Amino acid sequence: MTTAVSILPSQQLALLNETYRKAVARKRLRLTFGAALFFAALVIAAIGAEVNLRTFFSYFGNFVSYFSRILTLESGAWVWTDVGEWFWGWHKWLKMLGETVLISYVGTLIGAVLAFALNFFAAENTSPAPWLRFIMRRLLEFARTVPGIVFALIFVIAFGLGPMAGVLAVAIHSTGALGKQFSEIVENADMKPVEGVRSTGASWISCMRFAVLPQVMAGYASYALLRFEINVREASVMGFVGAGGIGQELVVAIRKFYYSDVSAILVTIIVTVFIIDILTGWLRSRLFGKEART
Amino acid sequence: MSQLPTPDREQLRARYPDIFEPPAAARLATPVMALCAFGVFVFGLIDLDFSPTKLLSGLHQLGWITLMMIPPDPGSSLPLYLKALGETLSIALLGTTIAAIFALPVSLLAAKNIVPSNILRFPVRRFLDSIRGVDTLIWALVWINVVGLGPFAGVLAIAVSDFGAFGKLFSEAIEAADRKQVEGIRASGGSALHEIRFGLMPQVLPVIAGQVLYFIESNTRSATIIGIVGAGGIGLQLAEQIRVLEWQKVSFLILMILVAVAAIDWISGKLRFAIIGQRAVV
Repeated sequence: MTTAVSILPSQQLALLNETYRKAVARKRLRLTFGAALFFAALVIAAIGAEVNLRTFFSYFGNFVSYFSRILTLESGAWVWTDVGEWFWGWHKWLKMLGETVLISYVGTLIGAVLAFALNFFAAENTSPAPWLRFIMRRLLEFARTVPGIVFALIFVIAFGLGPMAGVLAVAIHSTGALGKQFSEIVENADMKPVEGVRSTGASWISCMRFAVLPQVMAGYASYALLRFEINVREASVMGFVGAGGIGQELVVAIRKFYYSDVSAILVTIIVTVFIIDILTGWLRSRLFGKEART
Repeated sequence: MSQLPTPDREQLRARYPDIFEPPAAARLATPVMALCAFGVFVFGLIDLDFSPTKLLSGLHQLGWITLMMIPPDPGSSLPLYLKALGETLSIALLGTTIAAIFALPVSLLAAKNIVPSNILRFPVRRFLDSIRGVDTLIWALVWINVVGLGPFAGVLAIAVSDFGAFGKLFSEAIEAADRKQVEGIRASGGSALHEIRFGLMPQVLPVIAGQVLYFIESNTRSATIIGIVGAGGIGLQLAEQIRVLEWQKVSFLILMILVAVAAIDWISGKLRFAIIGQRAVV
């Protein structure tokens, strides 16, 4: 098969080429300008953050050797040559780790319940009144933007040292994050069932219960499981400020230069996060696999 | 006038036994799971020393603290706080940029359509996962041991922990890219590098830019807290003021953080619209 490629007369071609070149040049100019602006911002940021490449390069050896140090036992042997010695405190660490997971579980559950109660007021299509929605949204935004560990710092002073402060901090932060995600699901829900239920003379609560809830339940559970996974990571550092969990042990080990302990605790944390990652992933596909496939 | 056919219940029951009488396992699954979840919750409350008296006295204290926070007042240290806020924003911007620059080549190695071999891809993925498994605050502590106290440790901490996240996100973006354009480049005689540069990158870069912008925003939040362990920024001031119970300054600092995050949120939202276009954002 032969195809003919039509060749335009040179005059027309020159004109088209000119236009093309101009369009490309404009795009390039904008790109260069944007890149220059970004680069300038970076330089200002580098000065602001006291970046010192000389210290970085002279200490980079430290970073590498830090890892070799945390992987060395006191006797000078590599940690994996004597696992029993490496994980000498496994009993205590596992207990702390269990506490960490519990903190994030209880915190996520409280947060999810609160978010569940509040999100219908924050969603655009189900909120009973605009002023209520505005207040709800600002409240959730506040709970979400202030980092969990800042809440933990304040709660440690109010409720005393211990896991309770950690749980409440995780709960408040989860309420903010989940409240937003839940209300977004509700906003995407189909409103026709709501009209149907309302036409039978049902109250607002019945509308939510029988028209909205069946549509959004799966999404809620999925987001709550994801949040649980994130919270395990967050709860692992709550101990830094005295709010319970494995973080307490870790910060002591890092500050007091118990090198092999640092790596042992880090390994247990990473393994726990992996396991929870896989478990929640399995649970989600198990619970919502059917819906996802259709 | 039409009449609805009266359904024959018996016949329907015979035809759809699953709906009329679901097996016991399916009927019991939800309540049992809810009961289990509740049981673990109660166990957690007991194990974590929850008690009503403690909760009440804590709430009482919290009420006092909130009262003492009003009105927010920086005292005489406003310039110091503004500088700290600038430091925080710098940490977020630099850390995210460094992470993105280093993550791009590594994410290519973790993408299924670029490195088909499982043997090479698996370790790269696990490596990225382990980096992600460690919280930013822990990285900050490690870097403080290496480069000393100060914002530079914060930059490096954000860079390392985001490196893990970006590696995963970028490789997912690359895997979702359309094969056809890559095949087109190959058909016209391009090398493997040409395929990546002209076939993949134009598709992937806008997605990546959107993700980087989103992370700058979320890192402004992370950067506020790494100061708590001494890695610079406004968190350092915040933790200090909480420890000395200067509640008016604390509330002022929290307000500053809220305003800064909202501002960054707004700016990056605008930029994302400009880069990916409205359709992709929704």
